[in-house]
This record gives sequence, structure tokens and C-alpha cells, in this order.
Amino acid sequence: MGRIVFFCSEAFRALRRSAAPSVAAIVTIVVTTLLLGVLVPVLRASESKASEVRDQIGLEVFLYRDATKAETDALQKELNGIPHVTEARFCSPECAKKQLAGELEGDLAGSISELNSNPLPPSFDLALDDPDNLESVRAALLPPNSSGKPTPISRAIDPPIGQDRENATKIREVTGAVKIVLLVIAALLLVASLLLVANTIRLSIYARRREVEVMRLVGATNWFIRWPFMIEGVVVGLAGAAIAVGILLLGKVTIVDPLADDFALVDNLSTMGFVPLVAMLVAAAVCVSALGSGITLRRFLRV
Amino acid sequence: MPPLLTRRSSRARRRQADDHRRSAPRPRRAPRPTGQPPIVEVRDATVVYPGGHVAIERLTTSIGRGEFAFVVGPTGCGKSTLIKLLIREIEPAAGTIWIAGKDINAMPHDRTPYLRRRIGTVFQDFKLLPNRTVYDNVAYALQVIGEPRSQIRRKAPEILRLVGLQAKIHSYPDELSGGEQQRVAIARAFVNHPPLLLADEPTGNLDPETSIGIMQLLYRINRTGTTVLVVTHDRDMVDKMRRRVIALEEGRLVRDEDASGYHDESTKEFAARMRAEMGVGPEGGTNGHSDFEH
Ligand SMILES: Nc1ncnc2c1ncn2[C@@H]1O[C@H](COP(=O)(O)OP(=O)(O)OP(=O)(O)O)[C@@H](O)[C@H]1O
Ligand SMILES: [Mg+2]
Repeated sequence: MGRIVFFCSEAFRALRRSAAPSVAAIVTIVVTTLLLGVLVPVLRASESKASEVRDQIGLEVFLYRDATKAETDALQKELNGIPHVTEARFCSPECAKKQLAGELEGDLAGSISELNSNPLPPSFDLALDDPDNLESVRAALLPPNSSGKPTPISRAIDPPIGQDRENATKIREVTGAVKIVLLVIAALLLVASLLLVANTIRLSIYARRREVEVMRLVGATNWFIRWPFMIEGVVVGLAGAAIAVGILLLGKVTIVDPLADDFALVDNLSTMGFVPLVAMLVAAAVCVSALGSGITLRRFLRV
Repeated sequence: MPPLLTRRSSRARRRQADDHRRSAPRPRRAPRPTGQPPIVEVRDATVVYPGGHVAIERLTTSIGRGEFAFVVGPTGCGKSTLIKLLIREIEPAAGTIWIAGKDINAMPHDRTPYLRRRIGTVFQDFKLLPNRTVYDNVAYALQVIGEPRSQIRRKAPEILRLVGLQAKIHSYPDELSGGEQQRVAIARAFVNHPPLLLADEPTGNLDPETSIGIMQLLYRINRTGTTVLVVTHDRDMVDKMRRRVIALEEGRLVRDEDASGYHDESTKEFAARMRAEMGVGPEGGTNGHSDFEH
């Protein structure tokens, strides 16, 4: 117990003495933690958005309004036979109208139900086993004819096929790319702050190398010398994390919370609990700085 | 060196040590023959510095428990190097160093701190921690060994009073004179009451009166059973002390003798004789060293 107090007072003594590098390291930790604090919820939100979109991915095959019952029945059989199609569900004009009314809200929904004629065509909704098979299914629906031009497998089909749902794929690809970019940035930031903390500790050791030498000569063990440096690194991490969490909290209260009422995406952001987020950030900051000090200590404080 | 080889050679050395002990008992030097191995034993040690300079060449000597010995010799003859060897700050190129019957260079490196805790060392350049007060410098030696705070609060001021520095307890080393720093170094070296005290020029920066005070302190420490090895240039002091003298020259042992007229005397008698023989007034007393007189 007395020893812990001693090590901590040693660490704070060192921090006071080498204030400038400590401040630099704290600032880096603040920036990293802040960016992580923003990135992580955004990633989480885009993740849930993407999986929502993914679930919806299928193909909608529109039919001519004058398609006969025999034609649609034949087509349904054929559709079910295409590989990767798990279900082909027929949707009559009435069903399409109902669906549209369900997707729209307020005044528009009212005006749909007020239409006395139904302008919507019948369609088949194809559910796929995997969204990645979208292209192969589409190719099966539109085999090339003798002159090489893609032709629908049935006269009832009104090409083109699945233009709308293609957008979903694009969203998926974009969110995937954004996610990778964000992850790379986050990783780079973590590495940068790791190196900066490591460097701070290295400077601290360098500034005190004579002192460390003397400590050894009067019989201090390696760990007796290392602990204060280790605590110094962790304190830098904690200080940075605390400042960053303060800023995040401020941002949440003043910016995100008021917006959450108006925008679905922002609302998504706050679906991640603030407390687990903070816990994660503090843990990350402390781990990074402890690791940073640990690496330097191994390299520069050998007997 | 592969570990296996180290282990085998250290075992070999140990066997050699036993032979040595059996064949060469030394009742001459040990004032208190105990049958234990000598506290310091240097066997055929050679030190070569990175530049290729041979600082110590085939040195063999031993110091018994409770002995008070001087190491003398011209500058650059390897006196400080010998001290470094004894606390394993450097490793010998050849030969072995035995402290209290243990080959210190065969010990694993993580045991070295424990060796150093059993040896108080006053360095020629003091090696005080510059950013700590006198008190904290002395306290550090106690913190290192895990002494509880209450003990530190008791022991540190006590030893500082003993070396006459009670008034400078909160000063930093750069606010002290050379002699004051030297006394802080002595206080730190002895605050743990180690069984072996090595002092490299402990009176190098002091006036004759203060030197006598320090010698008196070392003498007193010696009388409590601590083995004391003092490196010095002060021929006069060595002659007056009438203790064993180990003389080095260019890294070789050139003389090892007990001065004539060695006899047991109390610290007070010792001080009085020293003052008389060195022509210092019976009670110089300007520096308030009354605490030496016990
Ligand atoms: N780190 C070192 N690297 C190379 N040579 C060294 C080193 N330390 C000491 N020496 C050399 O080894 C020799 C012995 O040095 P040492 O410090 O033991 O002398 P000394 O007897 O203590 O001298 P002094 O009385 O001046 O303190 C000297 O010639 C010195 O130049
Ligand atoms: Mg020297």
C-alpha cells in the first residue's frame, strides 16, 4: 500500500517535471479518443443500417398489366426453379397498392387510398439466399436471345428488372467502403498515439537516465524503477480519456440529443449506450498508453 | 555465454572456493575470526575497459568481516574500478569476485539489486539524485528496500543528524557544498546499516577537521561490526589511522600491510589521537559535529 503511494507520487513528480512532452501525449490521446468516440457510434449505426438494407435485398420483377393467370402461374414455377431464389412471391396490383400505402405516411398515404383506379403493375418479389447472387439471378431471368440481346424468360415480364433494388447494393458497397476507411483511420490514430505515449516515456527516461543509473546502484530492482514510469504513462492515458469524454458528453448534450428527435440516422447514433461507449474509450486510452510505456520500458530500461 | 556453461563454470568455481577456504585460512587479517568466508574476496581479477585499457590486472586480495582497510594509490591506478567491481557495476574480464562467500558474477542479474542493498557505497562523485532533497535522497535507499514510512521518518533524520546535516534536510544537492554532498552520500550509504561499507574518497572534499569527523564516523560504523573499505589519497590520514593498507599501482597490487601499532581504541580515544597527531585543535567544533562523539 505504502509502495503504491510512493510509486504514484514518483510518477506525478516526473509528470510535473516533464510537462511539455506529457501535454503533447495527452493532446494526442484526446484527439484519438474523440475521433474514436465519434467513429465507433457512426460505424455501429452504418452497420445496423447496412444489415437492414441487406435483409431487404431481393429482386422485384414487374409484369405487364395484361399478363394472364396462366402466364403468371407458369412464370412462378420457372422463377422458383432458378438457383439461389428462395421464394417467389406474387404481388397483385392490390397488394402493391397496400404495400405502397404502408411505406408512405401521412397525407400521401391518404391520397393513395383515395385513388379510384390502381396504376400499379403486378409483380413478383424474389427473395434470394444471398444478396451477392443478385447478378446471377438477374442473368437467369434475362438470357440472351439468338442475336445476343438479353430477353426476358417470359412474355409477361416488363423489363428492365430490379433497377430499384440495385440501389440497395450500391448503398451496401458505399457503407462497406466508408467502414473500411474509418477503420483504417482509427487504426492509424491508435498507432500514432501509442507511439507518442511511448516517445513521452522515452523522453522521460532519457531525462532521468542518470537518476535511473543511481537508483540501480543503490539497489533498486527493475520493477521498482519501472512502476513510476508505467503509472506515468497510464496517467497520461487517463487524463487524455477524461478530457475527451468531457468533450464528447458536451457534444452529445448540445448537438446529438436535440437532433435525435428530428433525424432517424442521428437517433441511430444514440442507440449505442453512452456508458459502454465511455468505458470502451477509457479502456482503449489506458491500454494504448500502458502498452506505449511498456514497449519503451522494455527497450530502454534494461539492467 | 550460454547459460549451461555459466552454471557449470560457477559450480566449478564454487568447488575451487571450498578448496581455497580449507587450504588458506587467514587468521592474520580478521580481527574476529568466525570461520565464515571473508566478506570480500577478489581472486585473480582483471578488468579491461571497452577501450582496451586494463584498469585492474590479476588482483587477488581478501578482507575479513569487521575489518577496516584502506585502498591507496596514484590517480588512475584502478581504485574506483575496484569499487565498481565489488558492487557488480562492471564484470571482470577474468577472475572472480566473492562477497560473503558468493560469486557475484555467477548470480543471475536480477539478484544484483539485492547484493547492492547489502553494500553501502559512497561514490567518488557522490551520485546523489539531483531532483530530490537531502532527506529524499537518504529516504530513497530505504524506500528501495521496502522500509515502511514510519521507519523512514525515524531513520533518515537520525542518520542525517549523525553526519551533521540536520539543518540542510530540505536542501537540494546543488544547494550544498562538496563536503555536504559527500556527507549526504555517506548518510545514504549507511542508513540501511549494511554489513559492508565501501567509501571512495569520502574525505576528498573536506577540511582536516571535518575529515577527522568523517573518519571518526567510519571508525564508529566499523566498531558496530561493519566491514569498512576506504579509498583515499590522504597519505597522512592513512598513516595516522594505523589500519590495513592495500596499495595499487597501474591496476596491480603492490603492497598489502597492516600498519604497526594497531590496537583497539574507543571512538573518543581515536578522535583525540587523530586530532593530536594531525595538529588539529582538540575541539575544532565549529561545524557542530558533537554527534560524532559517542
Ligand atoms: N568507463 C571507463 N572507460 C574506459 N576507461 C576507464 C573508465 N573508467 C576508468 N577508466 C580508466 O581506468 C583507469 C582506472 O580508473 P579508476 O577510476 O579506477 O581510477 P582511480 O584509481 O579511482 O583514480 P582516482 O584516484 O583519480 O579516482 C584510469 O586510467 C581510467 O582512465
Ligand atoms: Mg577514483
